[in-house]
Amino acid sequence: MREYLLGNVAIAKGILEAGAGVVSGYPGTPSSEIVDYLAPLAKELGIHVEWSVNEKVAMEVAIGASWTGARSAVTMKHVGLNVAADPFMTLAYLGVGGGFVACVADDPYCHSSQNEQDSRRYAQFARVPCLDPADPQEARDMTLRAFDLSEEFGVPVMLRPTTRVSHARADVEVGPPGERRAELSFDKDPARRVALPAHARPLHVELLDKQPGIEAALAGEAWNRAQMRSEVGVIASGIAGLYAEEAIAGMEADLSLLRIGTYPLPRKVVGDFLEKVDRVLVVEEMDPVVEEFVEMVAKERNPDVQILGKRSGDVPSVGELNPLTIGNAIAGMVGLRRREAPALAPEALSILPPRPPALCPGCGHRAAYHAMIKAFGKDAIFPNDIGCYTMGVGMGTVDTCLCMGASITVGAGIRFGGEERPICAVLGDSTFLHAGLPGLLNAAYNGARMTVAILDNSITAMTGHQPHPGSGATAAGDPSPPLSLEEICRSLGAGFVETADPYDLEATISTFERARDHPGLSVVVARRPCVISAIRAGVRRPRLAVDSEKCGGCQVCVRFGCPAIEFDGKVARINALCTGCGVCAAICPAGAVEVVR
Amino acid sequence: MRTSECDVVVVGVGGQGVILISEIIGRAALREGLSVRGVETHGMAQRGGSVINHIRVGCRYSAMISPGGADVLLAMEPAEALRYAHYLSPEGVALVNTRPVLPVTVTTGEASYPAVEEILAPLRRVASRVRAIDATALAAEAGSPQATNVVMLGALARHLPMEEATLLEALTETVPAKYIEINRKAFELGKIEVE
Repeated sequence: MREYLLGNVAIAKGILEAGAGVVSGYPGTPSSEIVDYLAPLAKELGIHVEWSVNEKVAMEVAIGASWTGARSAVTMKHVGLNVAADPFMTLAYLGVGGGFVACVADDPYCHSSQNEQDSRRYAQFARVPCLDPADPQEARDMTLRAFDLSEEFGVPVMLRPTTRVSHARADVEVGPPGERRAELSFDKDPARRVALPAHARPLHVELLDKQPGIEAALAGEAWNRAQMRSEVGVIASGIAGLYAEEAIAGMEADLSLLRIGTYPLPRKVVGDFLEKVDRVLVVEEMDPVVEEFVEMVAKERNPDVQILGKRSGDVPSVGELNPLTIGNAIAGMVGLRRREAPALAPEALSILPPRPPALCPGCGHRAAYHAMIKAFGKDAIFPNDIGCYTMGVGMGTVDTCLCMGASITVGAGIRFGGEERPICAVLGDSTFLHAGLPGLLNAAYNGARMTVAILDNSITAMTGHQPHPGSGATAAGDPSPPLSLEEICRSLGAGFVETADPYDLEATISTFERARDHPGLSVVVARRPCVISAIRAGVRRPRLAVDSEKCGGCQVCVRFGCPAIEFDGKVARINALCTGCGVCAAICPAGAVEVVR
Repeated sequence: MRTSECDVVVVGVGGQGVILISEIIGRAALREGLSVRGVETHGMAQRGGSVINHIRVGCRYSAMISPGGADVLLAMEPAEALRYAHYLSPEGVALVNTRPVLPVTVTTGEASYPAVEEILAPLRRVASRVRAIDATALAAEAGSPQATNVVMLGALARHLPMEEATLLEALTETVPAKYIEINRKAFELGKIEVE
């Protein structure tokens, strides 16, 4: 059956076709749509699909399932694998039961990420196979192959799409969901399931011994294919292979092309190609993984070959590649004219207003930040975290952003480092449950004098509104009792825990003030459901309007930064984006904002 | 040598229904047995930010259109049309909804929004043809301003290598049943507008 599918949905369908019984993940752009697609189908198909509380947990759940003989998959974004690196590295030693696929989506250009880390390095590090799809069809095909490969060699397999594969759409050939295995059980086998030193040592040897077999099994795959047309060639991996193929097709030059899709890299395939060329350009997203390998193989097979790529400066080392960049790198190599990338119209820079992503109209985070500044003052230190709320950077309440959960820990470190000013660390509910708990425990235990603000919108908003243990339902839609963030914080040792509704600005300010004055570790839970979820759930609040007679044009409301408030040069105006939160009415010194009845 | 039959860059603001356009075109292409590629903006950038989608009909390569390569720039918003004008090929056509959506930098007074004519003038220098359409007004006429994206799809229809009937089938299959009439009317108004 042929369907027009998002790359991530093609992967999800591949997981179903492979007959997986358990799929877990933690949301993260560009990986989220895999579990998003599968979760609503879970009950009907009789499989277990979950949003786990973090990537380490997700991976361990999938590992447990694999050890019963079920096929299982785990999904995450690249930086999620940093969190899950601990189980990932040792799983490579212990091995899998049922086929195990870790789908780790990379994000060149940091479209929605804090770095440009290349997960192929992790696959090499753990010595597990990695499949690098170029498009949604390959993503689906590789998913199926990954499960087989995992079982053939007893190792976890990484599937590594990039943003332009995960969020690409294409006509994709897919099949129906596959048969799941029945009568699964965990078989006790300490030598393969207990990573004691005595077991780990031989398992390490075994893992290394598997490598040539894995390489040989993958070398002949169609994803590694050479087209010999001349002594000048291009070696390209993943999506860069598709860019190179298109660039060459549109060019008046005969060029050989080797496309690579599997790791460990096929040494013989690369060597055979290198023997037949005298100049080669290596193109790949992110790190020079293939390029370094090509240099190594060239020493044995063709030391005279000229190798161009990232190290020679012919291919960019940062950001995202595209067909034009690759076309120009190839043109440069063969002496053809480069095609200038058309420049932005000068007016686009001079007259166009920037349009950065922003907190939504009516977002409770904006109100919470406003209250926070009022209570703590602009001079206070605001360590921040990963989520929608990082977009508040323009409000002066985002001083640091490192990784999930680091707001609390970095804040404690800033205090212990000698900072005397007030510290208010900020993170969201999902992030708190992901990696904030140990940080809060640590801060309480070690006596960090600071405030932690949990901006609780009761959902994982940024990545597309995935539920978590505070939301009241599981990914598959089963109800689960929403846990109390307040009780958790008290249990972890916070001496002061209070809750405020950011829409009630005055109360929120005074709650923050009490938290600020608490002599130890204090927590404020600023709770207001995400405005997008609320609107989807049918919540409608009366809109607000400015009485232009009363408005003095002070722009206090305008500086609040809500997209629903405009300034016409003399007075403020509230536009159709207003969701009726009413916070602007509370901050207007002239009392000019009123509810429209 | 061309590597795609028709390359369209669709731009707008998060929430304007840019992804729906890709969905409809993709399904229509599939119905006609054409290979089709697209790529979308998800995640952080969506939150009121500027979004760009690429759609390539009759293409077997990647979904990415290079700057200078688009046959059509379909803009749901005038400022976004200019922001991505460099994607147009010199022979390319720009279809632009003239109704601005003010970014937060404008509402807060940090930046100002130019007059629409100031946006269209430089666009006319890079595009072979610019069609300015008050798609939001036409959508309201069809029954809902939410159908602005479908008015623009109607305007785009003649540039796509598929039958109009196929596009309408794909539209019907994609939008919720209760909005089909509004959307069909919106499509028709967009189509007539550029005839």
